[in-house]
Amino acid sequence: MSWIVRAARAVWDFVVGDDPLTAFGVVVALGATALIAGAGAPAWWVMPLAAVALLGLSLRRAAR
Amino acid sequence: MSGQQIGLAISVFLACAVEAVEALTIVMAVGVTRSWRWALTGVGAGIVVLAVIVAALGPALTALPIDVLRVVVGGLLLVFGLQWLRKAVLRYAGLKALRDEDKEYASETDAARAAARASAGFDAYSFTIAFKGVLLEGLEVAFIVLTFGASQHDIGLAAAAAAVAVAVVLLAGVLVRAPLARVPENTMKFCVGVMLTSFGVFWGAEGAGASWPGGDAALLVIIPGVALASLAMVRWLRRAPAQRALGEPA
Repeated sequence: MSWIVRAARAVWDFVVGDDPLTAFGVVVALGATALIAGAGAPAWWVMPLAAVALLGLSLRRAAR
Repeated sequence: MSGQQIGLAISVFLACAVEAVEALTIVMAVGVTRSWRWALTGVGAGIVVLAVIVAALGPALTALPIDVLRVVVGGLLLVFGLQWLRKAVLRYAGLKALRDEDKEYASETDAARAAARASAGFDAYSFTIAFKGVLLEGLEVAFIVLTFGASQHDIGLAAAAAAVAVAVVLLAGVLVRAPLARVPENTMKFCVGVMLTSFGVFWGAEGAGASWPGGDAALLVIIPGVALASLAMVRWLRRAPAQRALGEPA
């Protein structure tokens, strides 16, 4: 394995960890916030809602 | 000092203290059982590599436009915070073993005694284990210091909070001369998870273009809100196995 692949894997493990779905959910939530705010509507509620939902889903997966 | 600065200092202090306890456990284990000289040399080498990484990444981060920085940092902090919270909630609910520094210390010392020693000179094992411990735990500290500090244009405050945390843990380690098993590590991890998640939510939303009702004061609602939601999940997970057991046929 080349050092680039090893470095990329280390960065992935460091940032994303063992729950890639949560990381993906955060990216989707940020995108949704940008879209709603761009349309001129209040968008502050998206991130708190997403954080609680993502934590709940992640815990449900881990508890199974 | 503003509310955001107090939050920044507390978050960085707690996160760095947790990482410092973990690094101290590793270094003490190899130092006591094998060689203090080479364990401390490994610590020094780890700190030098960390300083190079921070010096390279710090200016690059602060050069980014504030909105880009906040959306990237907010997203990363949220991912990190949710990981910390998930582990802490699972530990509180009894679904994951609590980290025990005494057990960790015993396991490290056993491994250190079992590892072969090539000669009386350079002890590669002590050096490598101490170096890796300091570098890996230190990277998390550096990440938190840089992201929090850069997002508030206050890397100095973040670095000072980190330095105080490391100094407190080191002093405690020197005084008790044992792994810091009495540190309520899961409680600290829970608090850090709440803070990282809350700041991630706040900065992520701001960076993506949202405006918070009340401005910075919104953090005073977000932080307790995240804490309460997480505690509710601990209760939910504690009750879930009992409910599953009740529902199962005898």
